[in-house]
Amino acid sequence: MNHTEAEAQPIADITWAGGPSPLAVNKKKLGMWLFLLSDSITFSCLLIGYSYVRLASPDWPRPFEFYPAIVKATLMTVILLTSSLTMVLGVHAAHKGERSRAVKYILFTMLGGVLFDVIHISEWINLIIHEHVTPFHNPWGSPLLGGAFFGLTGLHMLHVTIGVIYLGVIAWGFGTKRFAAEDVEVSGLYWHFVDLVWMFIFPLVYLINVAPK
Amino acid sequence: MSAKTEAIEQHVPGTTKLFLWVWVALLVMTGLETFLAYEDMAILIMLTLLMGLSVIKTGFILSYFMHLRFERMGLFLMIVPVVVFIICMILIFFYPDSVRLMHMSVT
Repeated sequence: MNHTEAEAQPIADITWAGGPSPLAVNKKKLGMWLFLLSDSITFSCLLIGYSYVRLASPDWPRPFEFYPAIVKATLMTVILLTSSLTMVLGVHAAHKGERSRAVKYILFTMLGGVLFDVIHISEWINLIIHEHVTPFHNPWGSPLLGGAFFGLTGLHMLHVTIGVIYLGVIAWGFGTKRFAAEDVEVSGLYWHFVDLVWMFIFPLVYLINVAPK
Repeated sequence: MSAKTEAIEQHVPGTTKLFLWVWVALLVMTGLETFLAYEDMAILIMLTLLMGLSVIKTGFILSYFMHLRFERMGLFLMIVPVVVFIICMILIFFYPDSVRLMHMSVT
């Protein structure tokens, strides 16, 4: 192919010509992995920043009673893990070409996300209204607790909410044959990441701050 | 089973049974974490135990739910070491100072 022909060819038509693909993943999946890489660094910075002020503040409060805080947080963890299971089963069904089964699993996953948000919001309401905790003040000790708690869990809850909407679009698109199995798999990567981040928020924010007996 | 279906299923990594076992393991580790939170121990030891369990849980989620175990090694090497390196670099800067402040009891 001479120079003029290469210029005339649309960019979208130019295919990989560098031998075997080194990663063997499609561009959507690679794009999602790169996004998750950057997002994991965002959450890492927040969690490490929180851990820094937590260790450096001798008057850091430990407000979380067994009920409701720890029971609710454990339940939310179980819900997220279960939604990850239904998501991976949905991806599995999508790759097998079982569209209706895949959509059902995605809908179950969305239900898990909604339940997670509902329980989390009820906990926020309890803290704000009954315990008088704000991002800048709390009745127990270091004022940084509120900012760290609402910042971390709020960003995570935003991810869950966006995930539920994203999965809704994917379920609709896959059910109506507009999207392929790889789109379900890419959305699954996002959902599992949301689950993965919670595996660090749960012990660092809740379990380390269990109220003393 | 047709040859076409068989060819598709060969590209589907993992089985339902495997995913169920991973889910059970993750639930057990979550229960263990909650149990450990009520044990009487130094905060740094508890932090180490809880983070250790969280790293194992992350490994399970990445490997099986996110299928990284079934992908090429190149993809794993492109993602995981970078994140681990960056987290280590941030910790090197922040963690010793937070422990120093803790020992100084600065409010």
